[in-house]
Order: sequence, then structure tokens, then C-alpha cells
Amino acid sequence: MEDRINIPVGDWIEAAVDWILANLEPALDGIAWFLGLLTNSFEGALLAIPAWLLVLALVGLSWWRVSWRFGIFAIVALGLILGMDLWEPTIKTLSLVLAATAVALAIGMPVGVAMARSDWVEASIRPVLDLMQTMPPFVYLIPAAIFFGLGTVPGAIATVVFCMPPVVRLTNLGIRQVNREQIEAGLAFGCNRRQLLTKIQLPLAMPSIMAGINQTIMLALSMVVIASMIGAGGLGNTVLTGIQRLDVGLGFEGGLGVVILAILLDRITQSVGLRRKASG
Amino acid sequence: MEPIIRVRDLFKVFGPNPQEGLRLIQDGLDKDTIFERTGNTVGVKDCNLDIAEGEIFVVMGLSGSGKSTLVRLLNRLIEPTAGTVEVRGRDVTRMNQRELIRLRSEDMAMVFQSFALMPHKTVIDNAAFGLEIAGVGRARRRERALEALDQVGLKAHARSYPDELSGGMQQRVGLARALATDPSIMLMDEAFSALDPLIRTEMQDRLLDLQHERRRTVVFISHDLDEAIRIGDRIAIMQGGEVVQVGTPKEIIVDPANEYVRSFFHGVDITQVFQACDIMDSENIPVLDADTTAGEARNRIAHVPGNEAVIVDAEGRFRSVVQAKRLGELTVDRPASEVAVEVEPVTEDVALADLPGRAAKSPVSIPVVDADGAFRGLVTLPRLVEALDRSRNVAVANGDH
Repeated sequence: MEDRINIPVGDWIEAAVDWILANLEPALDGIAWFLGLLTNSFEGALLAIPAWLLVLALVGLSWWRVSWRFGIFAIVALGLILGMDLWEPTIKTLSLVLAATAVALAIGMPVGVAMARSDWVEASIRPVLDLMQTMPPFVYLIPAAIFFGLGTVPGAIATVVFCMPPVVRLTNLGIRQVNREQIEAGLAFGCNRRQLLTKIQLPLAMPSIMAGINQTIMLALSMVVIASMIGAGGLGNTVLTGIQRLDVGLGFEGGLGVVILAILLDRITQSVGLRRKASG
Repeated sequence: MEPIIRVRDLFKVFGPNPQEGLRLIQDGLDKDTIFERTGNTVGVKDCNLDIAEGEIFVVMGLSGSGKSTLVRLLNRLIEPTAGTVEVRGRDVTRMNQRELIRLRSEDMAMVFQSFALMPHKTVIDNAAFGLEIAGVGRARRRERALEALDQVGLKAHARSYPDELSGGMQQRVGLARALATDPSIMLMDEAFSALDPLIRTEMQDRLLDLQHERRRTVVFISHDLDEAIRIGDRIAIMQGGEVVQVGTPKEIIVDPANEYVRSFFHGVDITQVFQACDIMDSENIPVLDADTTAGEARNRIAHVPGNEAVIVDAEGRFRSVVQAKRLGELTVDRPASEVAVEVEPVTEDVALADLPGRAAKSPVSIPVVDADGAFRGLVTLPRLVEALDRSRNVAVANGDH
């Protein structure tokens, strides 16, 4: 044992965590306060709406944006969630997903734009994204729990970190893939840098960005379920309880709820990306 | 007249170290050697051009000859390595960002080979793009965009999206987008090259019509000689980043600067380039009044090499042709018009290719008139044969290479 090389990476990370805890507490508190506010507002707002009204709205959205068949699926699926008495955990999960996605987009899209504008920025951000995406998601739960304790907020933080890479990558990719002549057309008609971004690059990158947003939402959903291990609540909690009690039925019900939410979110957000074709 | 665009000693070198490339060019090394030694690519080399206000100036060359680079140097989409580009006496290469944006949005518009329309915008919003960027209000810019769409015949499709239109129609949107800002200079980069031949010809005609309504300076990039000849007032031919010859289509065809220029004419029908006004005789033809006597007519014809005269009316419009041999049938005091032959004149811009057919059917030389019907000259048989012979020789000479 003595002569084995042992680079103490783990020790360094622990030291870093200790340092952050000791020195950045106000910042951590600020983040916690903000994320708590965001998730609670989403949850409060969604729970304040009567369940039948929200179901009606979601079914209407599915019908209008996707297809009438999908509308019928939405009726059945949401009816099933209500019938299994999983409405409240579903809403809790949904609000966590929405809050985490909102934060991930607010950070991720500007980062994607910065990456598209500079090769140097792209080269330095890319390995960070690789790390964020390939690290087993459970690993995020440890520092999140250390910094923010147990509950919704650390769950949201871990989710933000885990779900951000796709929107960053696809914003960058979408902007970089804009046809050179279209960029030239923008410049030739007198665009400045800001106009080039808002009038040409972002609109033309939109299909790619929407795919990124869709992926980010789906990753957020999968992470929110895992985050129930540190007390984030919601459908993940139902699954977790099922595991702890070896209750196959309860675990399956929770899992089914997650699947239904995933399908609804996926199809509805995808349809937003296809808006032009659907209406034109 | 002062040129609207004046290009002086313009160089563009792409690559890791453009200044080094520039130095090697000035040392007299060629493009390939410079690339091998330094990895720098010479895009445009020592270009000097004067482009006059209101002309269609075609820049021609094979792909890689630097013509697309040259047009982008004019509005500085590409930064020059050395040299100046003056537009109305103002040096574009020294403009700051603000001045450059002003120039691009007010004075110069560009039309692209791939159309470069915005797929998420309707046709009218695409046409209004330049005005939107310039900060023109929505109602005003839509009004002007609609006018521009009307000019290109697309008013009815204002609410469509680009992907619902054919290629030719999409490029008309591209043209409308350029016209909407009412620029004095239009840069057209292979604008019609992506269109099929029939639509291309139609678009060329449309461009010429638009020039007729309001003369703009057009810098037109093309690799198609037929197109260059059809629309170009003058043509510059580029080879390996250098402008090797500038001139009117006829000047270039009659006197190509080198083998490369000559090679462009391979397969081009020269009889389409020359027109009636190029080969007609306008000096040696006596022009008579309707009441000129046969005696005087014979006398006038005797003083010129040919044996024909023409009779015009009081406004100078062509009436008929008189041949010396027919005048002999008349007594000297009869009006010459009694034996004159009335033939249909041709206009000056009729192609040489169309003249032999006319000549075969006509008992006299072919009279040439301008757009108002005023007499300009006669295409005599010897002149016609000589012109056909000469164009055949050009074609044969070019065909050898």
C-alpha cells in the first residue's frame, strides 16, 4: 500500500468545498434564496390553478400545437395522473423542472452565444460542458447537499448544472451553422454586431436552439427525479419511497407519472420549434 | 467624368501572415510559390479599376480568380491587405464602423448567389430588411418594400415565405431587398448563376429594365461570358487575382489580352455580340429629300464608293433606298423617289446573326434606324460578308485553344 501513487484529487475537492463553505456563504445564501423563490412561485402558481383547469389548458395546448391525437393522449394521461392521486407530486416536479430550466437557459444561452463568437471561448468552455455531461448525475448531489442542505433548492441547483450543457452546445452550434452568405447579407445591409445577433444569427439558429431547450428540459426532468434522493420531493420521491419499501406498484405509478410528464413536455416543446412549418 | 468607384493598388492576401505574403508579391513571386512558402493565399493582386456612375460593370473570371473577393472588398465585407477603395471620393478602407454602416445601408446594396433570404420572414419583410436595419418605421418600410416588390413583379407574393417560391422568384426577392433601400450602387455576386438558363435570361432582362427606369451603378460578378456580354457595359476579366483586361464586350472580343481571356470565347456566338450599328456604313451614304431629282441623286452617288442613297422625310426618318442603276430609268428632272425601294429598316441593336436572313430577302442594302426611326446607316452586302468572315475567324482562332 505504501508505495502506490495516490494523487489526492478527492482531498483537493474537499478542501475546495470547505473553502467555499467558509468564505462564500453569503453568495450561497443568495443563490438558495433566489432558487427557492423561483421554484416556490412556480409551484404556488401551478397549485393555485384548479387541477381541472390546468389539465384543460395542457390538453388544449397538446391539441392545438401537436395534433388532435396527442390531445386525446393528453386527456387520458393526465386523467391517469389524477386517478393515481399523483397530481401534487407531478406539479412539484413540473415546477422544479421549469425553475431549473429557466435558470439553465438564462445562463446557458448567453454562454452559447459567447462560444459562437469566439473560438477561444469555445475551446475553454467545451471541456467544462463535457465534464458536466459525463459526470454521473448522483455526484452533483453531494456538494449540492453540503452547500444547501436537503430539500428543493439543492435539488434545483444540481438540476441546473446537469441540464445546462445541451442548450449551451446547441446555441453555439446553431449560430455557427448560419450560412456565410446570410451573415454577409446582414453585414452588407448595415447590421451592427447586436443587430447581426438578434436579426440574423439567433432567428436562423432558432431550430437548433429549440432542440437544445427541449433536451435541457428532458435532462432537467430526469435529474429532478434523481434529486429526490436529497429531498427534492415530487414524483421522484414517490419512486424513492417505492424502492425503500420494495413496493413495486408505488414505484411503477411514480415512474409512469414521470414518463407521462416527459412525453407531454417533449412533444409540446418540440412543437414550438416547428412553429413556422406548422402555420406556414 | 469622375468615377463613382475608384480602386487603387488593391491587394488581399488571406492566411497566417498577409503582410509577408504582400512583400513576396512585390518581390515578384507568383501565387503558387507564395502559398507553398508561407501558406498565404493571394486573393486579389494589384487591382486598379475606375467604375463609372450608372454603368453595369461585369467582373468575370473562373472560380478562384478573386472576383468574389474583389466585390467584397468594395463594401469591406473583407478587409483589404493594402490599397484603397474610393466611393465618391471617400476612402472605404479608412472608414470607421459608423461610416461603414452608413455607406452599406444607404449607398450600396448586395445581391447574393444563394439569395441569402431569411426563411423565417415573409417576402415583404425580407424585402424590407435593409430598411429595418436602418431603423425605418414598420409602416414606411413595408410601403417601400412593396414598391420594390412591385418593381420585380412579386407584389402578389408579399405574404408568402421564401421557401414557397421558386429559385428565380427568390432571387427577385433578393433583388427587391436591394432595391428597397434605393442604393446608387448594387453589388451582385453571381446573382443569377444559381438559376436555370431560361430564368437567368429573364432576370438579366429584368435587371436591364430596372436600369432603364433608374440608372444605378451595378458591379456584377459572373463566370458566364454570355451573361457578361448581354448585360455588361464594360467587362473586367480576372485571372489568379489580377485584372488582366478591362473593356467593352466588343473590345475584349476583338482584341483579347491573352490566351486566358481568349479561352472564355470558346463556343460563344460572336455574331450575337455585334449589332447592326457596328457594321453599318454611315458615312458614305448620300441622304436625299423626298423631292430630290434623279439627276442630283445620280450626281451625289457618283461621289461615294457605294451605289446607293437613301431618302428621308423632313424629320430625318428613313423612307426608302435608291439604287444608282435604277436611276437610269428616269429622266434627270423626275424625282428620284419614283424608283426608290421601300424596305423595312432594322434598329441599331439588331444582332449580326439576324442580318444575313434579312439581306437574302432584301433587293437593296439593309437600312438601319435608331429608336425614333431616324436614319443611321446602311448594312451593305460587302460589309455584312466582311463582318461574318471576321467573326468566323475570331471563332476559329479561339477554337484552336
